[in-house]
Amino acid sequence: MPDTMATPRFEPRIVAFFCTWCTYTAADLAGTARMHYAPNVRVVRLMCSGRVDPQFVLAAFRHGADGVLIGGCHPGDCHYEQGNYNTWRRYELLRPLLREMGIEDERLRLEWISASEGDRVQRVCNEMTEELRHLGPLRLSPIPSPHALAEEAR
Amino acid sequence: MKPKVAFYWCASCGGCEEAVVDLAEDVLAVVEAVDIAFWPVALDFKRADLEALADGELAASFINGAIRTSEQQEMAELLRRKSGAIVAFGSCACLGGVPGLANLYSRDEILDRVYREVPSLVNDEGTLPEEDADVAEGHLTLPAFFDSVRTLDQVVEVDYFLPGCPPPGHLIKGAVMALVEGTLPPVGTVLAPDVALCSECPRAATKPRKPQIKAFRRPHEIVADPETCLLAQGLVCLGPATRAGCGSVCIGANMPCTGCMGPTSRVVDHGGKALSAIASLIDATDEDAIAARAGEIADPVGTFYRYSLPASLLHRRVLPSGQEGGPER
Repeated sequence: MPDTMATPRFEPRIVAFFCTWCTYTAADLAGTARMHYAPNVRVVRLMCSGRVDPQFVLAAFRHGADGVLIGGCHPGDCHYEQGNYNTWRRYELLRPLLREMGIEDERLRLEWISASEGDRVQRVCNEMTEELRHLGPLRLSPIPSPHALAEEAR
Repeated sequence: MKPKVAFYWCASCGGCEEAVVDLAEDVLAVVEAVDIAFWPVALDFKRADLEALADGELAASFINGAIRTSEQQEMAELLRRKSGAIVAFGSCACLGGVPGLANLYSRDEILDRVYREVPSLVNDEGTLPEEDADVAEGHLTLPAFFDSVRTLDQVVEVDYFLPGCPPPGHLIKGAVMALVEGTLPPVGTVLAPDVALCSECPRAATKPRKPQIKAFRRPHEIVADPETCLLAQGLVCLGPATRAGCGSVCIGANMPCTGCMGPTSRVVDHGGKALSAIASLIDATDEDAIAARAGEIADPVGTFYRYSLPASLLHRRVLPSGQEGGPER
């Protein structure tokens, strides 16, 4: 039988952590302005991008995210003055760590998006979705457990 | 009748066994209180002695080392059947330990390196260890070498965790005595204080309250002031993210904490939390400066996950596609 069915396009799953004051408001603006952007991005709203513990990023990858997007206020504009700088510092250290673990740079992205930049939310979400589509799914090895070993033995 | 206990080692260096011997006079109290039924490193026991015991006959087994081979897995499973309680003894059993850093490489990379690339090696035929081999003398077998290093509780159910590289003597003694007196806490407990090392550190008063690290230093690059917080001097000290209970011995020797006690109960991923704590102390607010500071940490995984890579959320390095040789084992 000829292969007439095209392979289904890979749809990456992206977890986005947006700060409520800037990037989340911008995403809201994009919504009210009826801008279309990739539905691959699942947004988690936080009070500040500084709340993004690196463990959140790692947990997102572990639970099936192909990419993680962090959105915060532009440097100097943080509602809590220093929060986005802390995110920035963690991001710069986390990226080489992820690289060492075999996770490509494109899978973690940090963007400064102010409340008025709805179009930028649209562009960044579309861009990242497209990049990850090319990169393919993240394939982490499962975490072993006695239960899983017993299943395997059966 | 005295409770029977076993000590066993898996992928470890022998330091944990040494720690038991290092109890000095206290080891007499331990020997007085329990009957050692199996301890191959120190006493002449064979696997058959263990197999001859009834299931559950041992009150507890103290197992150190990570799980790397099929033999270690078998022994862990056998000890699990024979024991009332399993105690993961030391950083390797609890978190994977230093041997766990092998999860940065694939099985093939490790075997190639060790048996083919090492400069001092003579192996002209490029022979690699095989699980089954027929030689002139007959059929030989070796345990399987797994793709990844595992923590003990990724292989068998573990009742208690006694962290440390090696576990501090007073915690070992406390655990054995709690076992003898029947005062063990609920199953799953880590038998060490549940606070961060900074809370017991003699230098805590000088710990930076806000970004203060202008440059990261490695211990051999500076002579650290013996009174000031090591973080304030630019050394990567994992005290803020690491469990207390060690008595700050490294700090006492003017060396930063490398995290052997693992995280507290509120932390899921030790390396992630440690990275978070250290990164927020970088005194820089522009891209170039922040990136430069980050670049000063030569090996982020080896620094932040020195003892905990197999227990981390990522567990091991992602294998490049094509290298995924069938199911993980």
